[in-house]
Amino acid sequence: MQLVLEKRAERSGTIALVSPLIAIGLTIVTMTILFAILGKNPLLALHAYFIAPLTDGYSLQEIAVKATPLVMIAIGLSLCYLANAWNIGAEGQFLIGAVAGSWIAVKTQGTDAGAWVLPAMLVLAAAAGALYALIPAICKVKFGASEILTSLMLVYVADLFLDYLVRGPWRDPHGFNFPTTAEFDPVATVPLLIEGGRLHLGSIIALLVVAAAAILLGRTIKGFEIRVVGAAPRAARFGGFNANQLIILTFAVSGALAGLAGIIEVAGPVGHLQPGISPGYGFTAIIVAFLGRLNPLGILIAGLFLALTFIGGEQAQIAMKIPLDVTKVFQGILLFYVLACDSLILYRFKLVFPNRQVARGTH
Amino acid sequence: MQAHQRMLDPTPNGLHSGESPLLQTLGLTKRYGDFLANDSIDIDIWPKEIHALLGENGAGKSTLVKAIYGLIQPSAGEIRWQGQPIVLSGPSEARSRGIGMVFQHFSLFDNLTVAENVALGLDGKESFKDMSARLEQVSKTYGLPLDPRREVWQLSVGERQRIEIVRALMQDPKFLILDEPTAVLTPQEADQLFIVLERLKAEGRAILYISHKLEEVKRLCDTATILRGGKKVETCNPRLETAASLARMMVGGEIKEVKAPAGRQTTVPRLVVNDLSLAPSEAHGVRLEHISFELKGGEILGIAGVAGNGQDELFAALSGERLSKDPGTVVIEGIAAGHLSITQRRKLGAAFVPEERLGHGTAPRMKLSENALLTGHAASGMVRRGFIDTAATLKTVDRATETFDVRKAKRDPEAASLSGGNLQKFIVGREILRNPAVLVVSQPTWGVDAGAAAVIRQALLDLATAGAAVLVTSQDLDELAEIADRIAVMFHGRLSAPLATSEATREKLGLLMGGSSLEPKEAAHAVGA
Repeated sequence: MQLVLEKRAERSGTIALVSPLIAIGLTIVTMTILFAILGKNPLLALHAYFIAPLTDGYSLQEIAVKATPLVMIAIGLSLCYLANAWNIGAEGQFLIGAVAGSWIAVKTQGTDAGAWVLPAMLVLAAAAGALYALIPAICKVKFGASEILTSLMLVYVADLFLDYLVRGPWRDPHGFNFPTTAEFDPVATVPLLIEGGRLHLGSIIALLVVAAAAILLGRTIKGFEIRVVGAAPRAARFGGFNANQLIILTFAVSGALAGLAGIIEVAGPVGHLQPGISPGYGFTAIIVAFLGRLNPLGILIAGLFLALTFIGGEQAQIAMKIPLDVTKVFQGILLFYVLACDSLILYRFKLVFPNRQVARGTH
Repeated sequence: MQAHQRMLDPTPNGLHSGESPLLQTLGLTKRYGDFLANDSIDIDIWPKEIHALLGENGAGKSTLVKAIYGLIQPSAGEIRWQGQPIVLSGPSEARSRGIGMVFQHFSLFDNLTVAENVALGLDGKESFKDMSARLEQVSKTYGLPLDPRREVWQLSVGERQRIEIVRALMQDPKFLILDEPTAVLTPQEADQLFIVLERLKAEGRAILYISHKLEEVKRLCDTATILRGGKKVETCNPRLETAASLARMMVGGEIKEVKAPAGRQTTVPRLVVNDLSLAPSEAHGVRLEHISFELKGGEILGIAGVAGNGQDELFAALSGERLSKDPGTVVIEGIAAGHLSITQRRKLGAAFVPEERLGHGTAPRMKLSENALLTGHAASGMVRRGFIDTAATLKTVDRATETFDVRKAKRDPEAASLSGGNLQKFIVGREILRNPAVLVVSQPTWGVDAGAAAVIRQALLDLATAGAAVLVTSQDLDELAEIADRIAVMFHGRLSAPLATSEATREKLGLLMGGSSLEPKEAAHAVGA
């Protein structure tokens, strides 16, 4: 008897929907074992992770705030991944967007610059993120360099560049030598939706991005082009679609969205530029994109779920002294199971009993 | 010896009474999920027999052969070798017992020499030097000339096939399986192969010969087993049957005859190719050299030739998947188009059907409506201001379904879920419904069942009658004879002058396919200048 993977005749639509749920289930089982090994009560830990954050208004707002950058970045990444362009460097594009937008905030600090500041910051951040993403895209198209490696390496360049700025030229003179800029002026800050709350305008922008992506992919010829280039490259060329142009386009769009998410994070919840503005949003968004089946609505749900793990992780740290790194372990295990379960869309498990009643050879 | 055998032939099973067959399958069944690829097949193969295995695509020929060669395990039934039941763990066990196979698609490394390729396929422990010597000896003995030191990429398709045959013969098989061996050969090369096969038979070996060329089977084979829909229909003596009766057994009914409508008239040139030369885009690709032809409305031009002589490159150059620096090399509807993209060429009224259905002609995992959009987005009103008109794409699917009898499980399934014939009808239909001025189609009925092939050929004839210019590339000479007005031959990236179909005999085409020139020596000077 042996277990084999057998190819399905047609892709299974049911599994495509259920696969993320199976993955989440398997992740929870694995985490339960992990909590038990760490000597924590698994039930209490799971409660802290998944239930507690949903029970108070502050945490709910915080989930939406954390989901905002995840969803915006993941939407951009999903366009890349659908078109078979592997942008792994959204974290870097996020940071460069934050830096570029902050430049206007820093330069207008203390002046009487008007309401144009925030829109200008958003536009510049998106443009900078797009340009930064174009570096790996152009290297790929012109020289055949692996965009996976180049985009990933540029993350560290962006990280260190931000570090240099806030420790050097942009450091707040009154900041007790902490590596941070001064708090941004009100005109350079993303407005809150509820006075005294946490929810800000960025979440609305993220919802608009989701809607735009849904229309792009579902209704327009450009969206069809993205899907067909990824699904069947040779057929796409036969259809008259240029894969290289699309690598450039999807990288630029995803870089722009990551950059926009970066400045919204800095000019919103954080309020100033400093190292560590991202707890790995650009990488977690990769999980969000795949958990959401590269589908805009799915990404919205997956983004909220991953945000829950961030908030839950913080609560578990406070309440049960579970290290925050366990959250990253959780996210890694989740991606692993999502990708593994995806193979069930095209394949199925089958028990095989080989036909051995016939005597072997000359026996 | 042979005469003796033939005299006794009329009752294949009665002949051998008392002896046991070399290889026998009893109730051999192979199940894939709910699908029965082979349903309880009994077949007896005797020494000194060339046994044809006939059937349409999907009849179960490949499955049966794979089971006999140990590539797959049958779900039920048994295989007997010299009277003993056996279970083959894999092809190497099949080879060690004396079962050899020559596949339709060669498994050769282009950058290795003939001897190196043969060495890789042998299981023995012989030294490379001994093996090379034996290779040369075997190839000489059987009249299959091969230079062991040449690299495979320099060889013709016929020579590559010789490597595979010699490799199989070096194992001294008692039983040799050949999968559509003549599909890639010129008529003359096929004749040479038959001499080799007759000789192998005379030596006492058995051959299982898979083919769908019925005349060939009648000429060569002693016995024929016909499969249809996974079941054995009959075992008979093909020499006592007609090609039509064999075809009826294969198809299970009459095949509609393709009729050329009367009164077809040619009009203005709609596709003109002027001195088109193009360097290959990949290593070992074919260079197109000085290709010129003119195709008028109402006319079908056939391009014959052995695969790999530049047909794929010509298709890419005509479709615009590869661009030419000189716009004048390809002229569509009077407009220089050599530099135009495939979308722009479609807008000029051209339509294209590539050889590969899945992955080139369609995106396999996308719906038919999306695949209608794939080639229709430029010029069929399916897109308005960047937005897709889903109703229009579905309408194309419905019209193609209706006009060309596309059979499918639901209204808009994934392309990959259709059978080869139905998908090809959809693809051809999708292009014809756009009323193209020029249609370039490559291998229109390759791997398609006889019924669908007839529908497609009729559609091409009707399109030409309606005034379009149709260019058909095919390896099937019978197909070209049936529908083309003129036939040209591709060889090593060059295209011969077209012959009127009435003058294009198999002999003439065969010579051109082998690279010979038709002109007498003294006239060649005048033409060549």
